[in-house]
Amino acid sequence: MTGRKLGVVVCQCGGNISDYVDVEKVRAEAAKDGDVVSSQVQMFACSDAAQQSVIQEIREKKLDGIVVCSCSPKLHTATFRAMAERAGLNPYEYTQVNLREQCSWAHTHDRAAATEKGVRLVRAGIAKTALSQPLEKMRVETLPQTLVIGAGVAGLRAALALSDLGISVHLVEKADHPGGQVRRWGTLFPNDKVGQALIEDLVGRVTARDNIMLYLNSELVEKSGRVGAFSVTIRAANGERIPLNVGAIVVATGFEPYTPAPGEFGAGLDGVITLPELKERLAATAGPLTHRGQPVRSIAYVYCVGSRQPAEEGTRRTYCSRYCCSATSHLATVVTGLDPKIHQFHLFRDVRTYGKYEALYERALKSGSLFLRYSEEDPPAITRENGGLVVRVHDRLLAGEEVEIRPDLVVLVTGMVPRANDDLVRVLKVPIGPDGFFREVHVKLRPVETIVDGVYIVGTAQGPKNVAESVATALASVSKAGALLLKGYVDLDPLVARVDPTRCTWCGDCQTACPYGAIDEVEYGDRHIAQVNAVLCKGEGACVPACAKAAISVQGYTNEQITSMIDALAKEVA
Amino acid sequence: MATADTRSPRILVFSTNAISDMGIDLAGSAHMAYSPSVQVIPVPCSGGINPAWIVHAVKAGFEGVFVAADGAECALLSDCVSRSAKVVERAQELLRADGLDPQRVKMAAICSVCAEPFVNHMKQFGRSLAALPMAGAEA
Repeated sequence: MTGRKLGVVVCQCGGNISDYVDVEKVRAEAAKDGDVVSSQVQMFACSDAAQQSVIQEIREKKLDGIVVCSCSPKLHTATFRAMAERAGLNPYEYTQVNLREQCSWAHTHDRAAATEKGVRLVRAGIAKTALSQPLEKMRVETLPQTLVIGAGVAGLRAALALSDLGISVHLVEKADHPGGQVRRWGTLFPNDKVGQALIEDLVGRVTARDNIMLYLNSELVEKSGRVGAFSVTIRAANGERIPLNVGAIVVATGFEPYTPAPGEFGAGLDGVITLPELKERLAATAGPLTHRGQPVRSIAYVYCVGSRQPAEEGTRRTYCSRYCCSATSHLATVVTGLDPKIHQFHLFRDVRTYGKYEALYERALKSGSLFLRYSEEDPPAITRENGGLVVRVHDRLLAGEEVEIRPDLVVLVTGMVPRANDDLVRVLKVPIGPDGFFREVHVKLRPVETIVDGVYIVGTAQGPKNVAESVATALASVSKAGALLLKGYVDLDPLVARVDPTRCTWCGDCQTACPYGAIDEVEYGDRHIAQVNAVLCKGEGACVPACAKAAISVQGYTNEQITSMIDALAKEVA
Repeated sequence: MATADTRSPRILVFSTNAISDMGIDLAGSAHMAYSPSVQVIPVPCSGGINPAWIVHAVKAGFEGVFVAADGAECALLSDCVSRSAKVVERAQELLRADGLDPQRVKMAAICSVCAEPFVNHMKQFGRSLAALPMAGAEA
C-alpha cells in the first residue's frame, strides 16, 4: 500500500472484452488492492455517460489516480487524459491498461487464461499509477517566423503558403538560383504545365512578398534552441553569417537524380542518356528530337535504373522512385507530339503509374509505344555494335523470347537518390532513414513531422515524390507550422528524463549517451550532477541504461514503476 | 504433466510505444492467438531499457524476457539497433553473473505491422524456454 486513492474502471467494450474476459473478476481482484478505493465496470468507458460517471467518482472520492482497463492506449490516451483533467485530476496520474488488443482479442479461446492475464495487467496498471507523480506540460512561447531550407518547388510553395498565413519566411537556397530540379524540366505530367514557367511564376510571387526573404548561395550552418524559438545562422554568399530567430524550420532540400555507374545499362555509351537529360533536351527544343545532329527515329527506355535494387547487394536504393513510370509514360506522349513516327520501346519491370496516372500509360500505349517486360534477374543488355546502339531484352510477356532493338537513343529511367546533406544533417539533428532520405515520425500518421519538434520535412527531401505530392507535403508542413506558430505557444509533453540528485555523482555517461544534447553538468551544493533540459529531451531514455547509479529515469517509466509493474505481473492469481 | 512441447513459459515482453506495441496490438486485432502467459510492458524506446529490469523480471518468475525492439525504424535513436543490442548483451552478462541462463533474454525488431512475426517469435521463444531447465533451477 502506498496510501494513494486510486480508481479502476474496467471496460466491457460492448462485448469485445467481456465476451472473452471475466471483467467482474478483473474488477473484484483490482478492488482487493489496498490503494484502490473505487472500482467499476462500464459498457463503453469512452462514452460520454461513462466518462461523466468516472468524473463524478473522481470528485466524490477525491481520487488521486485512475486506471482505465479498455482498448489500446493508442486509441484513447488523449480521451482519458482529457477526462481526468475535467475531473480536476492530473492527466499524468492516469494509466490505460490494454485489455482488448493485448488480452481479450489475442486469447479468444481461453477465457480463464485471458481473465488471469487481465488481472495481472490491471495490477501492473495499479502499481504504475500508485507511483505516478503529477506532471505539468511545459508551455513555451513561439515566434511567428520560419526558416525554409531549399527553394525548389516544395520550398517555394511552402514559403508562399506561410506568407499567406502572415508568418514571415526566411527562404534559404544553396544554389545561385531558385527552382531546384523542376526549373530545368519542360512539360510536366499530368497537366502539361511547363516546369520553367511554373517556377518563374512561383519565384515572381515569392519576390513580391514583403514577408519572404530569399537568400541565394546560402546555407544553414548553425541551429540551437527549441521548438518555437530556434536560433539559426545562415552563411551567405559573401561569407557573412546572418543570425536569425525562427519558430519552425521546413526542410525542402529535394533529391538528386541517380547517376548510373559507367557501363551500368550502357551508361557512357554514345546515345545513352538519362531521363532528366531527355527532359532537359525536350525542354530546350520545339522541333524534332535529334542526337548529334541526326534525327532520332527510335527510343528505348529502360526503367528502374537505380531504383528497386536487391537489398542483398548492399545498396540503400531498394525503394521505388514513384515518379519515373508516370514521367516516362507522359514523356512518350510528348515525344509523339513532336514526331508521331518515332518508335518508342519501354523496357519495364512493373508499370507503376498509380491512381489517375494510369491514364498516362494508356495514352502512351494508344500513341504507339510498345511495352516489354524484363525480369530483375535478366536485365536488358545495351551495347554499341557497328556504329549503332543495340538493346537485347528477354520479354517476359513473350515467354522470355529475346527481342533485339536498334534505337537511336537509349534513355535510362533513373530514380531519385537523397542529396548529400551530411553537414545539414549534423546541424539539424534530424534522423536519416535506411534509404538515406530524411525520416519522418510516422509515414502515415505524422508524415511531415520529425523527431525534432518544430522541424518538418517536405517534398523529395523525405523520399521520392512527384511535383503534386511534393507540394501536398509542403502545404501539410505549413498547416503544422501555422498551427504551432499562430497560437503563440506550444505545450510540450512532460514525459522526459529526470535526474535523482541524491543518487547522481556526475560521471558524464548520460551526457555521452544522449543524442539530443539535453543533459548538462551543473553544480549541486558542493558537487556536480547531471541536469536534463526538458525542452530538448525526447523522453526515449537513451540515458537510462547508461547510468550505473540508476540516478536517471524517464517520467512515467521510472525504475520503481517498471520493477513494481514486473512484480505485479509476476504475482500469482488466486 | 506439461512437456517442453505443451508448457507455456511465462514471457515478459518489453514493447515500444511508437512501433512494436502497435505490431503487438495488430496481432490481437487480427485475433492471432499466442500464449496468455505472454505479458507486455510498453516503454518509449528499446534503446532506453534498463538491463536491470530484465534481470529483475527473470528473478521475479518470468522464464524469459523478449525485447520487441524498434529496429531500424526507430525515429528517436538513429543507432537504436546497436543500443538495444547493448542493453540485451548487458542483461545477459548480469544474468550470467547471477548464475542464470542468458538464453532467457531474446531480442528481435518488431515493426508496427509485424503481427505475424511477433506471434511466431512468441511461439519459438516459448519452445526454446520450455526446453531450458525450469526457471530458478540453474541458479
